[in-house]
Amino acid sequence: MAVRPLRQFLLLYLILFCRFFYSNAALGSVTDEEEFSEELLLRPLPDRKVLAHFHFETRAPPTASNGRHHHLFPKAISQLVQKFRIKEMELSFTQGRWNYERWGGFDPVPSNNAKPPGVELWAVFDVPHYQVDASWKNLTHALSGLFCASINFLESSTSYSAPQWGFHSASGNLRYGTLPREAVCTENLTPWLKLLPCRDKAGISALMDRPSIYKGFYHSQRLHLTGKGFDSDGVDSGIVLQQTLTVVLQPNEKRTPVTSLETKFQPSWSLTSIFGRKVSGSCVLAKSSTVYLQLDRDLVAELKNLQKHNEIAVAENVNYEGLRSGYGFQLSVEPDKVLEEVNGSHGTSPSLLYVFSVEKHSESEPFDLGLTWKIPVAWSCQQAPLHASRFLMGSGNERGAIAISFESTRLSEWLLHSDAIDSCELPVKIFQVVPWYIKVYYHTLQVYVDEQQQAISDVVDKIHVSPSEDKVSPGMMEMILKFPCRMKSAVATLEFDKGFLHIDEYPPDANQGFDIPSAVISYPDFYSSTQFGDDKSLEALPILAKFQENNSVVSYTEVLLVPLTTPDFSMPYNVITITCTIFALYFGSLLNVLRRRVGEEERFLKSKDAKKGGPISQFLSKLSAKLTGRPLETPQSPTSTSSSFISSKLILKVVLVAGIAIVWHFYLE
Amino acid sequence: MAETEAPRPRQRPIVRLGIFLISHSFSFSVVCCTAGVLALLLLPILAKNTYISENALMPGSANPMLSNQDVLEANRFVKDLIALNSKPRGSGIESQRLIAQYMKDLGAEVNYHKFHPQITQFHPLQFFSSPDSGTVERNISCSFHGVNTVGITRAPRGDGKEAIVLVTPYNSQKIKQAEALSLGTAYSVFSLLSRVTWLAKDIIWLVSDSQHGEYAAVSAWLRDYHIPMFTRLHTVNAETCPDINYLYDVRDNSVTGRKIYDGFKRAGTMAAALVIKVVDRSETFDDNLNIYAEASNGQMPNLDLINIVNYLAVHRQGFRVKVEKLWSLLDSKWLKNLGELFESVGQVVSSINPQWKFGIPAADYTEGIATLASSLYNQALGVPTGPHGAFRDYQVDAITLELSPRASVDKIIRQNDFLLRGGRLIEGVILSVNNLLEKFHQSFFLYLLTSPGKFVSVGVYMIAFALLVAPLPMVAASLYADAINLNSSQNNEKTVADEPGTALRSLKWVNAAKKVFVVHLWGSVVSLLPYFICQIPNRSPTVSFIIWFLLSVLSFFIMFLILASPFSHAKESQLHLREWAILKSVTMSATFIGLCLMSVINFSTAELGGLLLVPMCLMAQPMRRDIRVGSLSTLSRLAYNLVFCLIGFPPVTFVLLKGAFEGFNSINVGDFWCWVESLWAWSSATYLYIGMVHLPCWVLCIHILFHHC
Repeated sequence: MAVRPLRQFLLLYLILFCRFFYSNAALGSVTDEEEFSEELLLRPLPDRKVLAHFHFETRAPPTASNGRHHHLFPKAISQLVQKFRIKEMELSFTQGRWNYERWGGFDPVPSNNAKPPGVELWAVFDVPHYQVDASWKNLTHALSGLFCASINFLESSTSYSAPQWGFHSASGNLRYGTLPREAVCTENLTPWLKLLPCRDKAGISALMDRPSIYKGFYHSQRLHLTGKGFDSDGVDSGIVLQQTLTVVLQPNEKRTPVTSLETKFQPSWSLTSIFGRKVSGSCVLAKSSTVYLQLDRDLVAELKNLQKHNEIAVAENVNYEGLRSGYGFQLSVEPDKVLEEVNGSHGTSPSLLYVFSVEKHSESEPFDLGLTWKIPVAWSCQQAPLHASRFLMGSGNERGAIAISFESTRLSEWLLHSDAIDSCELPVKIFQVVPWYIKVYYHTLQVYVDEQQQAISDVVDKIHVSPSEDKVSPGMMEMILKFPCRMKSAVATLEFDKGFLHIDEYPPDANQGFDIPSAVISYPDFYSSTQFGDDKSLEALPILAKFQENNSVVSYTEVLLVPLTTPDFSMPYNVITITCTIFALYFGSLLNVLRRRVGEEERFLKSKDAKKGGPISQFLSKLSAKLTGRPLETPQSPTSTSSSFISSKLILKVVLVAGIAIVWHFYLE
Repeated sequence: MAETEAPRPRQRPIVRLGIFLISHSFSFSVVCCTAGVLALLLLPILAKNTYISENALMPGSANPMLSNQDVLEANRFVKDLIALNSKPRGSGIESQRLIAQYMKDLGAEVNYHKFHPQITQFHPLQFFSSPDSGTVERNISCSFHGVNTVGITRAPRGDGKEAIVLVTPYNSQKIKQAEALSLGTAYSVFSLLSRVTWLAKDIIWLVSDSQHGEYAAVSAWLRDYHIPMFTRLHTVNAETCPDINYLYDVRDNSVTGRKIYDGFKRAGTMAAALVIKVVDRSETFDDNLNIYAEASNGQMPNLDLINIVNYLAVHRQGFRVKVEKLWSLLDSKWLKNLGELFESVGQVVSSINPQWKFGIPAADYTEGIATLASSLYNQALGVPTGPHGAFRDYQVDAITLELSPRASVDKIIRQNDFLLRGGRLIEGVILSVNNLLEKFHQSFFLYLLTSPGKFVSVGVYMIAFALLVAPLPMVAASLYADAINLNSSQNNEKTVADEPGTALRSLKWVNAAKKVFVVHLWGSVVSLLPYFICQIPNRSPTVSFIIWFLLSVLSFFIMFLILASPFSHAKESQLHLREWAILKSVTMSATFIGLCLMSVINFSTAELGGLLLVPMCLMAQPMRRDIRVGSLSTLSRLAYNLVFCLIGFPPVTFVLLKGAFEGFNSINVGDFWCWVESLWAWSSATYLYIGMVHLPCWVLCIHILFHHC
């Protein structure tokens, strides 16, 4: 009988123990929970526009602790990672061009989020070398289904390439492909939003009002995936999914006739005015939900300058409203924190980051950040060391040249040590993929620095070329050029021949021309990291962690449009007709020659000649003789034989047919 | 019919047809030539109405967005521009700065393009080669440069692969009211386009500095756009020219004042280009729009481009659209009579069956012919009719729109209305081109216009030319056959065993061919001579022409002595009765080949050349024979021959044509030289045609005419 209480006790104990163990485990693995955070970075741009950069990050702990189930992390993505053993992957859908000159090209936002128009996909696989292509092909199909886009066109080996070192440091297992002509629309955004735990129903993503975000000047939707640690050092970091949406929007403003002399106010804006919506609270599943407002270094410096000038004049009028506004502008919401950039060497003012937490806002008290300018201000964004642009040279359908031109933005001079400027060098990495029908002759590479042609060996530091193979693989060029720091401008040109495509290889709308995807220009010596404070707590904010990453500055060049020779696609009918005619003539005459018996024919003609002749033909030959003014020749002469082919029968037939035709015509009308 | 010899077997029908045609070559050639000329005169009646072939264009499907606000701003711009004229110093540079400032205020990317107009030089080896800038080395002086101002509006959501170009030529030294208005029209459109969201292609506004010619500025910009030079040789040495540096010190008082980019801005592949000009012609009835489309060597832009302009101008903005016509033809009596004749024929036809649409009103017919003649003439000349011609060299479709307002535009209300309508027209055209996904390819490239809304396509106008040249091979064959027959019968009468005789007989055409070849060789020498004459300094056109003429004659005799004398000597020994006939037949074949080749390169040149050459070739006969016979018909033929040979001589043709259109009192011998100089400056194939086909043929005809037989 004593057994029962003992068993009960044991059971109780077991339960308690389990409880304890479970809670223990839960306590121990706080960081192993799946996390989601949502952030929005706003930044006024010098040309009266506003940059809005949404950043959503979902982390999944390593598989071992969680099995195959996820709380927050999208299962589709984790399956993708598992299936294809993706180490890193990035997919971006972009519409419009990033204006490097006006919107900057140096800091992390453009460097990471300015993407070429259309679709860009690259992925690093953790599979043996020979399986990479197969994995890539399957991945493109999977993504194509997932995002409702024609990413599956990247499956063909003519459309992707395997860069060695020009694009990404990961070598060997990287594949890269772009679709410049892919149109981006809300059907691509919806599946992307589906990966978020709150979709666009709550939290910051509720701002994504489709008409307003697609009305923008630039729209880039990106998905970056860092896979689980399949890497050799055994550090298991789980999957990190970063979803960003970068849009450049124009705040509504009243159009006023402006003259050059008039001072211009930057447009004031608020979240409602640019998105038409407000944020009513955060997504409850999000660990953090933050909105940032960033002011550029140059803008801060400009404001300080203006302040200094004005303080002397209106010193008594200055009333600070705490953090709520800096000099010259006013924010409608009090920021929770103001962070200042910690910058090292360069001696400009730091950029400012106003941090707003959305969590405390709710339906009744929605978050609607607004910025009102009080003084006119003009500034410019920080540029990449060189401004790269690419264009086509030449005309006609035969050959041409690609030129990449670099203009110095004078950044390098003050970034690098000014004392060593004569000897210093500025390395530029170029990665360019060219479709096979643009047959680039890589030996024709010419580099001009400051309008002087340079010997290739002097300028080119490292080059790797894999020439295109017709209908098999695109041409790819990775190159590091070393320019002197004091250089003003440089041009690199490559000549090419335009190839011919088979008629069924032409895409729809072939007469538009063919695209050469953007080249990727990166500057290995320049890093686009921005650090805000040394506080460890800030590292928990993913967007700031992202800003701190030491990535080199990257920019993309324009997509080029090459007009190729295109056949007249309405022509096949004509071609068929003429081919058939030629075949008929050829075979007809061949058969004629083969089956002809000369002797028999002559006999036949002789018998026919005997019967020949009639009054009408006689008359006709006389008539023709009169017309030509020649004496009437005897019928035996060759001319008369020739004229006699207008026999009476023929004339009769013709007249008959013509008569019938006329009569028929009149009776039918 | 005594069967003395075996009857020759009947030949196959196609051979028989050939023999028939050859044997009746005279009547055949008369019929064909008449039909050819008639078909040419019938073209206005056969012309079809234009239609918009590319569905994507959708002209006029959207309401114009250009508002009075834009027009007011454009007005302010025009006023500021004209106000510059009163300023004393360097109005050229000032105006470019003003334009750049206005562009920049619209948010466009602005840059200046400095250029030196290319010196027209005759490069015999680069006649057909694509324009390139590599060969030009020049000592640059600051006074001789132009500065184009280029503004680029990027399509907000476009991918920047394509661009549409707007060109407004203006003289930076002295801005006229009309030019300022054309700039104002373009400005109103540009300011609208910098705000709209529907743009898919970038817009380039090129304000070309036309002080060295409208074409030169545009072509210099296009050359730098497509074939830039990266070495220092090419760029203007900025340090020595203070004017140019002055451009860049921007007054930085404006807040938006970014520095103007010191380089060359580009924007994708060009889809189409519109050149906008306003002329102050004070039209009496309506606002007029003249369309100029002919580019070098008779190339035309795609018909769809003209169609959308015509459609929008007529149906949306109420312009009177015109294309160039030969005014002198409009009041010619015989054309009116012909038109009335065709009209009455058309009435008869329609009375038989109302569904047969043949014939147009006589007035329309005259206008059609005048337009057609001008279209043919401009294409044949091979010289572009405006700055749009520069675009065609880079396979870009372009036209010039010449707007001329009714009455004078001094009244501000009139001016606003004019700007609004002109701007809306251009906005509509750009909207249509912007809709275009592919480049222009759907509609015709080979056509002649008979009115802005009517065209003759290649399939129709080829008939006239084919009929015209068809007699040449026929008559050549018949002459050859006759000559062979005659000689063989002569030989038969002589001793048959005359071996060298038969050998020479078969070689006879070779002699003639050699002669023809020598003359053609001479023709190419003549067309190369101007290159050397150009090297002579300080020459007037008259002197050059006389030198050219004398050198040509000299070279002719030299060549004939060196190359042709052995054969002429051989010919003396074996005098054939119809040696001239063989020569004529070979000449005709060569002319036929030349004309057909030319019709591929430039149809209109071939057509006009054919009208001159074919009758001359067909009728050429030795004078002596005609005089010997002395009947009325032969004498009239003689007179006809002489007249045609006189007309056929290129300088005479030129003088006659010029006299017919401009009056004879202003004609100078040097004019022909100037004309020829312009032909090679534009690298017109017509020049080659005159040197290599027309002139040799004319010389050979003269040779036949004075043949001693």
